[in-house]
Amino acid sequence: MIRGRVWKFGDNISTDHIAPGRYFHLRNNLEELAKHVLEDAMEDFAKKVQKGDIIVAGKNFGLGSSREHAARIIKIAGVSCIVAKSFARIFYRNAINVGLPVIELKEVDEINQGDELEIDLENGVLKNLTTGKEYRFTPIPKFLLEILKEDGIVNYLKKHGSFPKV
Amino acid sequence: MGKTLAEKIFSEHTGRDVKAGEIVLARVDIAMAQDGTGPLMINEFRELGFKEVKVPKAFLFIDHASPSPRKELSNSQKMMREFGKEMGVKVFDAGDGISHQILAEKYVKPGDLVAGADSHTCTAGGLGAFGTGMGSTDVAIIFGLGQNWFKVPESIKVVVNGKLQDGVYAKDIILEIARILGSDGATYKALEFHGSCIENMNVEDRLTISNMAVEVGAKAGLMPSDEKTREFLKKMGREEDFRELKADPDAVYETEIEIDATTLEPLVSLPHYVDNVRKVSEVEKEKIKIDQVFIGTCTNGRLQDLEIALKILEKHGKHPDVRLIVGPASRKVYMDALEKGIIKKFVELGAAVIPPGCGPCVGIHMGVLGDGERVLSTQNRNFKGRMGNPNAEIYLASPATAAATAVTGYITDPRRFI
Repeated sequence: MIRGRVWKFGDNISTDHIAPGRYFHLRNNLEELAKHVLEDAMEDFAKKVQKGDIIVAGKNFGLGSSREHAARIIKIAGVSCIVAKSFARIFYRNAINVGLPVIELKEVDEINQGDELEIDLENGVLKNLTTGKEYRFTPIPKFLLEILKEDGIVNYLKKHGSFPKV
Repeated sequence: MGKTLAEKIFSEHTGRDVKAGEIVLARVDIAMAQDGTGPLMINEFRELGFKEVKVPKAFLFIDHASPSPRKELSNSQKMMREFGKEMGVKVFDAGDGISHQILAEKYVKPGDLVAGADSHTCTAGGLGAFGTGMGSTDVAIIFGLGQNWFKVPESIKVVVNGKLQDGVYAKDIILEIARILGSDGATYKALEFHGSCIENMNVEDRLTISNMAVEVGAKAGLMPSDEKTREFLKKMGREEDFRELKADPDAVYETEIEIDATTLEPLVSLPHYVDNVRKVSEVEKEKIKIDQVFIGTCTNGRLQDLEIALKILEKHGKHPDVRLIVGPASRKVYMDALEKGIIKKFVELGAAVIPPGCGPCVGIHMGVLGDGERVLSTQNRNFKGRMGNPNAEIYLASPATAAATAVTGYITDPRRFI
């Protein structure tokens, strides 16, 4: 079960918002790069975000570059899950690969900045503890859930020696 | 039931007939990473305990910050060269050019599965190969295992019929597709291109269109492999790599869009999203002043792009207030442009010609904008901060529109200069 406080973002948050190109030289120093996470979408996000917090965003989160650093620094910053109307393809896969849960929910507009959420990944249930509303989302496919359970594909492969069964 | 190009290529790489929607384990022909994603790829390759590279063709490209503008990057690049030596992986270095262009010139074959830690790996679709961008860890797995899991995508059939009018180019077609589909209109899907306009188009133009498939969220942008493909491969000295590859006539598509090339006008993408597309003829009336024009990148840095731009600039001259930056996409493009006298003419016109590579497109060096400045670029992306400054504006258009804009100093329809 994931539980955390909401940081609300809009539609089309790009990898340039998340990991700006001007910090290209920090790509091999993810702890430092994480100090600038989402800087171009919300200037002081990296300073204010706390461990366990949840990002809630609109459509097409993570569009743009293939830089896996984007998913990694969101995780390093302490974010426990991203809930969005939809995700860009490469970002979605990168997030699963680095063990960052990502779920698609149509009703994100009903969730506000600062709300407290509780998310059950396996059963596809999201509870907004602040408003009392409960939502069902399509659960993450089992294949990907197996990867998330091991905190990412590297740990999964090291432990099991092959990909999860489809 | 017939197959789309994506289904054909994945069937060949899994050894059985596969359909859209299936998750498959597929072998990969070409894998690569660049200096933005390569160091992380190498770390994960080692973390996974791999001792050798098993993908048939593996490459590393130092093209993003190249030559290196600062010591942190120099150290990352050094690590890539050392890994290349140790594993027998060829490293393309400063001056060689942009990964996607080099792959198209030297290595990509129709029907290949190409996986790159760079979102514009879909450029390979221009040669009828399934090129797709992935993260560093996925590419590390491919380097180590020679394979990875993929979801066979549904395909959107994009039919482009008719003949483009003078002053309108392949770039305008893909901007029109972005306008129609939006930045997430093809998420998780492949674009597959059809129609008389595509059939008559050379591979250079096809690469421009496939390059930007990812800008509508697509996993790949697939062109047929036909006589135009043979022509291109022959020009690159590798005609033996040609084979014809087309979708079956009864293939099943998720949806279909049609574009009439005949009525298309020059288009421009406005800040800060690629799908924010308008007609240049309309935008021109607003006299939007441009400080910098960049002609280059994996989208439009090929010889014909430089030729189109030069033709306009040679006749009409560059506006004194515009900084003009020209970046050939590869060493080969640079050499060809040198031999044809194109580089000399650009330099005489007042351009800054930069070494082959990604140049200012990725916001690291060689053309970072000042606060409030505007650039018109032939690149593929205009997200806020993309070119190094979130307080600047990026406009995207064809080399002809870029050149016309460099002539007047504001966004200008190239048709009146042709």
